[in-house]
Amino acid sequence: MSEMIYELKDLRVSFPDMSRKPLLGAAPRIDVLKGLTFDIPRGEVLGIVGGSGSGKSTLGRALIRLIEPDSGAILFEGTDITHLHEDNLRPLRRRFQMIFQDPMSSLNPRRRVGGIIAGPLRLQGLDNIRGRVEEALDMVGLLRHFASRYPHELSGGQRQRVGIARAIALKPDFILADEIVSGLDVSSQAQVLNLLESLVKDLGLTLAFISHDLSVIRRLCTRILVLYKGEIVENSETAELFANPKAEYTRTLLDAIPLPDPQQAWF
Amino acid sequence: MSFLSIQDLTVQLKNGMPLLRQVSLDVAPGEVRALVGESGAGKSMIGKAVLGILPKAARLTGGKILLDGEDLQTLPQKARRQRIGARAALIPQDPLTALNPSRRVGPQITDRLVDILGWKRPDAEKRALELLEEVHIQSPDRVMKAYPHELSGGMRQRILIASAFAAEPKLIIADEPTTALDVTVQKQILKLIREMQQRHGTALLFVTHDLGVVSKIAQSLSVLYAGKVIEETTVENFFASPSHAYSRALLAATPKYTDPEGSLTQVPESVIAAVEAEVAAFDDQVKAGSRP
Repeated sequence: MSEMIYELKDLRVSFPDMSRKPLLGAAPRIDVLKGLTFDIPRGEVLGIVGGSGSGKSTLGRALIRLIEPDSGAILFEGTDITHLHEDNLRPLRRRFQMIFQDPMSSLNPRRRVGGIIAGPLRLQGLDNIRGRVEEALDMVGLLRHFASRYPHELSGGQRQRVGIARAIALKPDFILADEIVSGLDVSSQAQVLNLLESLVKDLGLTLAFISHDLSVIRRLCTRILVLYKGEIVENSETAELFANPKAEYTRTLLDAIPLPDPQQAWF
Repeated sequence: MSFLSIQDLTVQLKNGMPLLRQVSLDVAPGEVRALVGESGAGKSMIGKAVLGILPKAARLTGGKILLDGEDLQTLPQKARRQRIGARAALIPQDPLTALNPSRRVGPQITDRLVDILGWKRPDAEKRALELLEEVHIQSPDRVMKAYPHELSGGMRQRILIASAFAAEPKLIIADEPTTALDVTVQKQILKLIREMQQRHGTALLFVTHDLGVVSKIAQSLSVLYAGKVIEETTVENFFASPSHAYSRALLAATPKYTDPEGSLTQVPESVIAAVEAEVAAFDDQVKAGSRP
């Protein structure tokens, strides 16, 4: 088994700019990721931070191959998945899973929680689905009878736990969490982050946690990648980044976090 | 003398379930009061009651809302809407849904002035241009002609701020105006709201769940739980020592990157049980008639 879960080399992604598309012919392309090179070692909890439009979600989506990069290479446990065909990706998909930002729109409102968690298990053709669903519910601290509830019957924090249960039910090696607490209020935020922290420890997960807020990821992440306009401006150990931010943009991000303390003067 | 004075405001669903439980608070001219609480605590509902835009299922069943000393509930519907329109305005949470996507930005700012205040359109347009400059928009002419989707989230929020201040309201209700923005843009927008509020001497009711934001923008705050004000104090006192156990728990749950171990603590079940019991006891008192 490889030491590195992910190895990325000069990853480039661009999208067509439809607002500047001529009537005939192809739209000009916008470079969203401009050549990213970094590794994710097994067991690491990587924070990916940046403002809106920095490319952090695009990077996440490229990691789990929801989008195909233009050039460069993504190696997942040594296998080049950069341009891998969907048929060949399918067996790998159970090993990298995603938790989405908005649990209301990422959970099918017409299916019960049990069915939602069972969905990917069925797709992967696994046995003992009921047992696996119950195990996943146990792990995220939801009672088993929640399996028969609908998403609208749950609170925001509970919904996000269903999203987590769906991701961990497949026992993946890698989980991508894209802004999963930014829609929650502080007390549910704390619950979800604490849950994730203990799951990482118990299951030995490798996790990439995307956020625009450095303060929520300080305790969770071991290393932090700061993106600005599609480029990596800083890639540091968490403690090092907070003690001694190297990039100007990292300092701007830190200064913009409102600490719950009137002594921190802003204006 | 406070510009907005809410006294024992009670709002219920049609089936009698209380959304707000005898809420009282005051906001003076030039003061910023934060309304804090978790989702469902009723903080947005207070703003909606003041602006007369309660959802259809909810009804105001008790208490008074005084705007500049005038009891709004005693006025006929039309006069009430006119008074609210002239004196109060809203900065909404989501700048994308608050702007009509199929109309240019300019008319969306001037409509208020023309329809509610009876301005002439050219005057309103001139005022809108001034306002866009005041909220630091570089080329106001171009922005007036733009459609909302052509602008960034921060830019759209600036437009809504300009629009809220357009009719020189004495009260502005800001309902989580920066929740949809990233931290660097949030800082700029908070700075702008504060600058505008101070220049115009506006009373500002600022709804948020982020205590970090509260400490930057407000002078006073009311903490809500289940539609009940459980603590009402100055920002200085609150952050020095919150008096209610639930407030303390809320503060401990707030992320603080300077103190990773001492923050992001879950609100303990015992604290929730205690505050739930407090609310239940209050409901019993109301039922027994020992409270009005």
